[in-house]
Amino acid sequence: MYVIVAGGGKVGFYLAQELLQANHEVLVIERDASRSAAVAEELGDNVMNGDSCEATTLDSAGIARADLVCAVTGDDEDNLVVCDIARQRGVPRTVARINNPRNELLFKKRGIETTISATTAVLAQIEQELPTTDMIPLLQLHSGLEIVEIKLPETSPIAGRSVREVLLPPESLISLVVDPGGVPRIPSGDTRLNPGDALVVVTRRECVNLLREAVIGSTHGLDT
Amino acid sequence: MKILIMGCGRLGARLAGTLDAQGHDVTVLDINQSAFRRLPEGFRGRRAVGNGMDGPALERAGIQDVEAFFAVTQGDNRNYFASQLAREVYGVKRVLCRIYDPVREQIFREMGLETFSPTSIGAQIMADMLLKGGPAAAGR
Repeated sequence: MYVIVAGGGKVGFYLAQELLQANHEVLVIERDASRSAAVAEELGDNVMNGDSCEATTLDSAGIARADLVCAVTGDDEDNLVVCDIARQRGVPRTVARINNPRNELLFKKRGIETTISATTAVLAQIEQELPTTDMIPLLQLHSGLEIVEIKLPETSPIAGRSVREVLLPPESLISLVVDPGGVPRIPSGDTRLNPGDALVVVTRRECVNLLREAVIGSTHGLDT
Repeated sequence: MKILIMGCGRLGARLAGTLDAQGHDVTVLDINQSAFRRLPEGFRGRRAVGNGMDGPALERAGIQDVEAFFAVTQGDNRNYFASQLAREVYGVKRVLCRIYDPVREQIFREMGLETFSPTSIGAQIMADMLLKGGPAAAGR
C-alpha cells in the first residue's frame, strides 16, 4: 500500500515508522525544512520537504497512486485541506487527526470518515474512570452505531423489570448485563435488571439521549 | 443584509466599511482586538474578538443568523476551513472566501465554494496595465 503522511511531527514520524515496518510504501511530507531533515535522518528517502496543503506538492508526491492519505499535522484546518485535496485527486481513503474535538462534525460532513482526536480519546478515558458519569461511550462504529455502558440508578424506571418488559429506542439492544460484583451475563428476555447493574447497549448514535432517558429517567436538561 | 466578516486586515476592514456604508448589518470577527483600528471612522457595525476556527467564537459573532460570510484572514487554509464550517455546519447561504494560492483556489472553486484569488486577479490586471495601457483598460 502507498501511504502519504502529511505532517512530520511526532505523530507523523512514529506513524511512518510503523507503516514502514509493516512493509508499506510511505512518504512523509513536512513543511519545516529542519524538521524534515531531522526526520529524514531516521526515515531516509521516505521524507519530502514541502507544504502538503499545496496541490502541486501532493502531485509531485504521486498522490494519484496513493491508497491512503493520513493528515496528522497539529492544525485542523491544514488537515482538512489535505484530505479534501486528496479526495479531489481520487484517493480512496483519508484519515485525519483532529485537535479540537468540536471539529469532528465538519470532517464527517466533508465525508472524511476516519478521524482521530487525542482529546476525545483522553476525555472518553476520563469518563470511563469517573464513577459519577451515568453513561460511558465505549466504542463508536462506522455505521452510525455506538456501544455504551449505562449504570442503573436506584431510581431507574426500568429497575426490577425483565429485559423483555423494557422498551428501548429503535435499533437498541442490551448485549451484556454486568452485576455490581462485576460478573457479566449475556441477558435473555427473562433476565431481571436491578439497580447497580451496568448495561452494555448497542444503539444508534442519535438514540443515545432517548436511551439514557429510558434507563436513567429524566435528565433534567443536563444532557452532555 | 446580515453579514459576518472573518479577518480584519486591510481587505476585511475595507470590505466592512464598504458594506456598512451601504446600510448592511455588518459584524467583523478578528482574533486580535487591535486589528479593529483598521476599520474606517464612523463604522457602525459590531466588532467581535475570537478565533474563527472555533464554532463557539463564530456563534458569538452571530453566524447562525447571517446571510453572508466572508473569510478574509491571511491564511488560505483558515479561510477554507471557516468557509466549510459556515456552509456545512451553519448553513450560511452565501460564503465567500479569499485564497491567495491560485492552484488551491481553483480546486476549492471546483468543490463548490465561492472563492477569489487576489494573486491571479492582481497578476492579470497588472499585465493588462502594461500591455493594454492603464487599469481602466483592465476592465475596472
